[in-house]
Amino acid sequence: MYRSHVLVCGGTGCTSSGSEEIIQALQAEIDKNGLTSEVSVVKTGCHGLCALGPIMIVYPEASFYSMVKVEDIPEIVSEHLLKGRVVTRLLYNETVTEDGMKSLSDTAFYKKQHRIALRNCGVINPENIDEYIGTDGYQALGKVLTEMTPDEVIQVVLDSGLRGRGGAGFPTGRKWQMARNFVQDGGQKYVCCNADEGDPGAFMDRSVLEGDPHVVLEAMTIAGYAIGASQGYIYVRAEYPIAVERLRIAIGQAREYGLLGNNIFGTDFSFDIDLRLGAGAFVCGEETALMTSIEGNRGEPRPRPPFPAVKGLFARPTILNNVETYANIPQIILHGANWFASMGTEKSKGTKVFALGGKINNTGLVEIPMGTTLREVIEEIGGGIPDGKKFKAAQTGGPSGGCIPAEHYDVPIDYDNLLAIGSMMGSGGLIVMDEDNCMVDIAKFFLEFTVDESCGKCTPCRVGTKRMYEMLDKITKGQATLEDLDKLEELCYYIKENALCGLGQTAPNPVLSTLRYFRDEYVAHVVEKRCPAGVCKALLSYTIDADKCKGCTLCARNCPANAITGAVKEPHVIDQSKCIKCGACMEKCRFSAISKK
Amino acid sequence: MKSLEELKAIRDRMQGQVGMRSEDDTQTRVVVGMATCGIASGARPVLTALSDLVQEKNLHNVSVTQTGCIGLCQFEPIVEVFEPGQEKVTYIKMTPEKAKDVVEQHLIQGRIVKDYIIPKTLG
Repeated sequence: MYRSHVLVCGGTGCTSSGSEEIIQALQAEIDKNGLTSEVSVVKTGCHGLCALGPIMIVYPEASFYSMVKVEDIPEIVSEHLLKGRVVTRLLYNETVTEDGMKSLSDTAFYKKQHRIALRNCGVINPENIDEYIGTDGYQALGKVLTEMTPDEVIQVVLDSGLRGRGGAGFPTGRKWQMARNFVQDGGQKYVCCNADEGDPGAFMDRSVLEGDPHVVLEAMTIAGYAIGASQGYIYVRAEYPIAVERLRIAIGQAREYGLLGNNIFGTDFSFDIDLRLGAGAFVCGEETALMTSIEGNRGEPRPRPPFPAVKGLFARPTILNNVETYANIPQIILHGANWFASMGTEKSKGTKVFALGGKINNTGLVEIPMGTTLREVIEEIGGGIPDGKKFKAAQTGGPSGGCIPAEHYDVPIDYDNLLAIGSMMGSGGLIVMDEDNCMVDIAKFFLEFTVDESCGKCTPCRVGTKRMYEMLDKITKGQATLEDLDKLEELCYYIKENALCGLGQTAPNPVLSTLRYFRDEYVAHVVEKRCPAGVCKALLSYTIDADKCKGCTLCARNCPANAITGAVKEPHVIDQSKCIKCGACMEKCRFSAISKK
Repeated sequence: MKSLEELKAIRDRMQGQVGMRSEDDTQTRVVVGMATCGIASGARPVLTALSDLVQEKNLHNVSVTQTGCIGLCQFEPIVEVFEPGQEKVTYIKMTPEKAKDVVEQHLIQGRIVKDYIIPKTLG
């Protein structure tokens, strides 16, 4: 029996900042001090504060250590674990107050969060099914199989108002109902999980799979019971090796306990789940392409209708939900539809997980009730923008979404509000941009991604996105005309209406939303041949102010292109024909004599 | 194959473990002095006995933890019990046997073990 639990984050973020070595050093040090039978080291999933990793929490005191290094381990063990003295210098500074330690849930980062999908992430050992069961795991499945009919299950999901967390926001209960109602031949149905998280900057599905894999298995089994399926598939990208490994372990444990397999809990219901690994193509996150890929074919979308609920995987009725959607299901079953529906806004219930990235202090993973404003997320939870810079826009929905400008900073975040202001919920990537980001450049970045990821099946997407990218490239190089802007806009609408699948239909969104809110920036590039944010290299020029230059030669010595000339103690000059606009000179100058325009 | 009952049994067993990982201010805290003075006079077996007993009896709302020197080294091993909304109780010169009495009488039945507490004039 252990008197203390030391939780170390084993998510991808903390693993890459060295948590694996921390765990080994910690265990060795604990053994050395003879505490092996008293202190348990638990490798958990993501706590959300990835920017401060590796993260360690010591219970029962709930001391939250951040940026722990291997060198700190002997001190933590001898001071805290042996003598009971908290190592204050390693505490997350937000939890330190004048009169001691503040509870983690009172810190700005966690205060406004409400964890449902992430409730076990960072709390349990994801490789131990018993710990999941210890936090009410598989209780919902037990309740469903022994006390509820499939129709009752679907009714609860419908009443809860849960909508698809993959981005489109289709009511989950309706999807299940459609698949359940298809009973023409009594044949096989399938339950699929979309874990092919492809948006740049989004990592919430990965975190759920890494931190709480059993919740997905439990929810899929519930879904299987609800629609009458006996087989499930999780489609996960091979680029998530930790998630894949933990899913494998979880499936093995669930089978061993009889929570997957034949006659679960002694009932007539049987269900099993297999993994299918994707190679990381963005289009395979689109539901029809995903199913085509599971079938063993090249991942290309197919036209809808027929919808998957009628004719999906192997041409059988199929439901496909996102990881985060599933992560909500067991809690909804246990606490009831009203509990879930009491959170959020009128049409968007519950919570949403966002991956905060870009120009923000607390990079990481947050789960907030629907209806929280962007300002609360960025200023309070996210800790604001570094270096006192000004908020310019937030990008949601990845390559399918758009930018939300400062004028909509106080709009409550939900599915419908985001659509109304030209963006979308998407899977939950939230990239913050400040005054140093060029919106044309951002649009170009996403288009480049889409061009790369277009599967090539339909012409509007294959050719159209490429032409869009070329136009954007012209704009950023100052070679475009105002006519090109109109043509670009026209092409956007054409692709939106004619592309075969969601990837193509939403590909123009980053361009359309930046054109809507930041048209002046586009015009500045086209008419004035100027990049207001100072990003687009072709439009920049660096100059040295002769009055401020002391002739220290530092810039000349650091210029990689030898473009700067001048004698010692004389003002220097940049040769514009040689300058590669790297900005190294400006960074080095101690007299602020170099400016860019 | 697990039945529902077996599942509930695993849950009850694990809750004592996983339940520690929360910041709950309704918890009773049992604190053992584990500075050099405490360890020298035998605090370690007391700590082990306490945490074993608390888990064994499934006392979900009790956490056992350690602290440094309280300053009354001649009375070590010292165990303090903090119950929410109650005054702190200080037990002195503890042994694993006495720890068992404290768990059974104080933590379970709510009766302070008067024989083991520090004399009022010193506390």
